[in-house]
Amino acid sequence: MSWDRRKFLKAAGVGALAGMGWQLLRPGALDAAELIGKYSPNPSQLAVKPGGNWGMAIDLTKLDDAARQAAAEACNIEHNVPHYVDAEGKASKQDIKWIWEAEFDQAFVETENPYAPSAVLHNKVLVLCNHCQNPPCVRVCPTQATFKREDGIVMMDMHRCIGCRFCMAACPYGSRSFNFKDPRAAYFNEKDPKTGQPRLQEVTSEYPTRTKGVVEKCTFCAERLAVGLQPACVAAAPGVMFFGDMSDAGSPVRAQLNKRFSIRRKPNLGTEPQVFYLI
Amino acid sequence: MLDLALKGSKRYWGWLVLLLVIIGAGFGAYVVQAIEGLTITGMSRDVSWGFYIAQLTFLVGVAASAVMLVLPYYLHHYKTFGRITILGEFLAIGAVTMCLLFVIVDLGKPERLMNVILHPTPNSVLFWDMVVLNVYLFLNLIIGWCTLECERKDVPPPAWVKPLIYLSIPWAVSIHTVTAFLYAGLPGRGFWLTAIMAPRFLVSAFAAGPAVLILLSMLVRKISKFDPGKEAIQTLSKIVTYCIILHLFFFGLECFTVFYSNMPSHMSHIIYLYFGYHGFNTMVPFMWTALLCGLTAIGMLIVPKWRQNEKLLAIACVLVFICTYIDKGMGMMAGGFVPNPLHEITEYLPTGLELTISAGVYALGILIVTVLYKVALTIKEERGE
Ligand code: SF4
Ligand code: SF4
Ligand code: SF4
Repeated sequence: MSWDRRKFLKAAGVGALAGMGWQLLRPGALDAAELIGKYSPNPSQLAVKPGGNWGMAIDLTKLDDAARQAAAEACNIEHNVPHYVDAEGKASKQDIKWIWEAEFDQAFVETENPYAPSAVLHNKVLVLCNHCQNPPCVRVCPTQATFKREDGIVMMDMHRCIGCRFCMAACPYGSRSFNFKDPRAAYFNEKDPKTGQPRLQEVTSEYPTRTKGVVEKCTFCAERLAVGLQPACVAAAPGVMFFGDMSDAGSPVRAQLNKRFSIRRKPNLGTEPQVFYLI
Repeated sequence: MLDLALKGSKRYWGWLVLLLVIIGAGFGAYVVQAIEGLTITGMSRDVSWGFYIAQLTFLVGVAASAVMLVLPYYLHHYKTFGRITILGEFLAIGAVTMCLLFVIVDLGKPERLMNVILHPTPNSVLFWDMVVLNVYLFLNLIIGWCTLECERKDVPPPAWVKPLIYLSIPWAVSIHTVTAFLYAGLPGRGFWLTAIMAPRFLVSAFAAGPAVLILLSMLVRKISKFDPGKEAIQTLSKIVTYCIILHLFFFGLECFTVFYSNMPSHMSHIIYLYFGYHGFNTMVPFMWTALLCGLTAIGMLIVPKWRQNEKLLAIACVLVFICTYIDKGMGMMAGGFVPNPLHEITEYLPTGLELTISAGVYALGILIVTVLYKVALTIKEERGE
């Protein structure tokens, strides 16, 4: 039996598979294997084609309380998003929001009509940064602390941001938040207004906490995409939120958009939002 | 020449000490802000710019209005203004300094200010605003100082300042145009998204600035031996008259476009300011005060006899100031940010600390103007003008 090139490649392939098998079985690898099974699509698909860009679809017909809360909570925990309440226990006007619930007519200002089915009109929407293709926030930033990556993600460099908040005035979706106070203090020192006790918020050590004086927002979970994971909110709301490469007709998000009619927030502004809502 | 500022009456020194005390209070409040963060202000996620940026907007106008003296004097050889152009230029120096300080106190990370220069970003209007404001500051410093020094020595100003003077004329227009572009270029902010923003800014500036100059001239006449001259004041008052009329006319144009087109995202802001929106009406009394002051001022200024009466003129100038100050120093921010992009309402009022910091910045600006005016007036007195 002579080893020709084909056979060699085959054998190499088997060897590689065996190697991968070992990778999965070695101690500690199980979590990763579990993740692969847990998230659909397979994380190996989570790469954006050159010239492509990331996008998201949210199915408004399936978005219920449970899904909304799971998605928002996943993001808050994953990214150490601090939350402030005022004296009455309501969200403070200086709160930080990456992804949050809004009424339909707030999310889709001037899109509502009085005769739409109440299931649509009275169902809350999840809103987050749209990772616009023509982002006004990037246009106005005087330091390029907000910039657009090649894969379409509108990213923040919190070490460069001077806190001028021009980007907040420019974003037509209210997607940005400013750290009016030190968020790190919030994790440990914020008093619970009801009990008067310090409220301990768990800190996710994998994700950096921020400092006061900088702006922040949803990053499309760039840090998770880098290791082949779906965004945290999408992973927490399977079958309701979809994510993928907009330039790839076979991506899960495009598959949904092909089948269903979808709308975007304020399309008339020419920002080209990359978050789509299936209705 | 600066030594002239060191010799002054008790009243002069008392005034400086008062200003220094206010500056100290403002600085103390700023230390609190530096430690606590901008959370000590009334600003919020929805109203992310407040009193500081509003003062910047208003004061850019005051600075730009120096051109109302420089232009007639240098381009039209209107000699009457020759005596007081220096007052306009020195007022501009104080005003631009305050503008720059208001930007700095508004920053979340002031220690990173230099990032604007380290990473210059031509697509950002804020970058250009910084450029034009700084250049304007230096233009006025050089021109004002140089012409005054020559006046003292009784020699004509050197030839090289002439081009700078001519440059300062369009430059004055540019600082307020670029400041208007900060707002006018943002999609989704119906109140600001209007091509008439820059002209509105300019006419309100050319009403407010000369009104301040008239009041300052009257003050100067009282506390020094220098008399800016009745004719200069009368000419300025005509400028104020035209510009305050234009100011309200332009607002009327805005209202027509917004309400005749009936577009909710453009109407809601003006409705909020003047009538309240969904029960939120903090701004309503202010905006109507502004409007009434403006209309009354027009009534007082338009009749030549009343305008020539300097007592009435002074009152009219105060009214013009109140009108344009509320319009730009308060309404511009509140109207732009309320309601927010999701049509929610978060109202804004500055906090005590915010106002203290602002008072400190104003005191510093007034201190600069006082010292510069002292120098200028002493020289004018020496020359027996
Ligand atoms: S939604 Fe706002 S913050 Fe996000 S990219 Fe668009 S303009 Fe920027
Ligand atoms: S706040 Fe930061 S990110 Fe926003 S425009 Fe200013 S420097 Fe850029
Ligand atoms: S994509 Fe990531 S950062 Fe953005 S809202 Fe979802 S979880 Fe948060």
